[in-house]
Amino acid sequence: MKKNGKLIAAAAIALVFLWSTTAFGVSQAFKKNIYNPGFLKPTDSVLKVKVGEYAPDFMLPAVSGEKISLSQYRGKKNVVLSFVPAAWTPVCSDQWPGYNIVKDIFDRHDAILLGITVDNIPTLFAWTNQMGALWFPVLSDFWPHGAVAGRYGVLRSDGTSERALVVIDKKGIIRYIHVNDINKRPRLENLVKELKGLQK
Amino acid sequence: MNREIKKIPLAVATGVIAVVLLYCLAFASTPPPQAGSVLPDLNLPVPERTGERNYLGLEGGTYFKIPEIKAQVVIIEIFSMYCPYCQREAPEINRMYSIIEKSPDLKDKIKLIGIGAGNSPFEVQVFKEKYTVPFPLFSDEDFTLHKCFGEVRTPYFIGVKINDDGSHRIFYSKLGEFKGAEPFLELMLQLSGLQ
Repeated sequence: MKKNGKLIAAAAIALVFLWSTTAFGVSQAFKKNIYNPGFLKPTDSVLKVKVGEYAPDFMLPAVSGEKISLSQYRGKKNVVLSFVPAAWTPVCSDQWPGYNIVKDIFDRHDAILLGITVDNIPTLFAWTNQMGALWFPVLSDFWPHGAVAGRYGVLRSDGTSERALVVIDKKGIIRYIHVNDINKRPRLENLVKELKGLQK
Repeated sequence: MNREIKKIPLAVATGVIAVVLLYCLAFASTPPPQAGSVLPDLNLPVPERTGERNYLGLEGGTYFKIPEIKAQVVIIEIFSMYCPYCQREAPEINRMYSIIEKSPDLKDKIKLIGIGAGNSPFEVQVFKEKYTVPFPLFSDEDFTLHKCFGEVRTPYFIGVKINDDGSHRIFYSKLGEFKGAEPFLELMLQLSGLQ
């Protein structure tokens, strides 16, 4: 029986290893400059906002040099917040470039995308330059460190943010929150479905 | 009876370990395909669109293997809709497709396919529509194919020569280095022996 227990434990360890490996594709656009942190705890925070509530307002500096607030879109645009954990990491580097080719989908649903990380502006500048010209603002939640991520409840214990999407309608109400497994990229079709839902 | 019960966890544990080991052996350290070797044993879904099935010379069925494509050379692009270089190069790869299709000498000899690493069918379709990609693209949503191809960065190109007897050989396997439709096509013709 003791032998069986050891075997079961070995199988369990092997399975944990199996499940903890993660697959991702990295674009050559980033050459060999992507740091792979390995498998991370899928989520590591507790949401502080709910669907149906007013989205907490914020003002953050953008890579372009301007300051962007959430409230400036009130009554004008639906807003999608895309929190990604960190610049120069595998999955994050291949998320926004995809959004960059679907501006028409955002336009069709009268939505703006705001990309947010906890990195500082120079880091975001260098990183997003590898993605080509992005049509949406990229905001730095660097200082006070991760304050906006913290207010939404998507700041992880290591100071990075979750890989999270928040859809906010023109009234400023949160209509969708999705905290994805940090090791994977959220499916585009799920976001598109939520954007379509805004028009109902 | 008790002995039989004790045997069950042992069998289950042994089975699980065997599966894990096989998985790791199969995928964990798969190197990228090498020129001179053959493709991993992969099944792709037969395209639903008639035009794409005709382009690949597939008559039906559910799945096919790349060497079953009716051509002498197949160029595989491993891409992602999330990859900036794949986006940037898409129009030029389309142009290479047009050059091939307009050439009576090349039209039935060279075929192109794309595999969207980690891309869902929806995401592959977004890429296809955005860049009006005329050749078949396949979704590799859970990275299964990508793992078999050594988890290469994108875009990655693989050239495969298919022989009359149905055997095949990889003659090109490289990351990026797509320097335009004409030079790349010229390279494929030279390396495959078509020229």
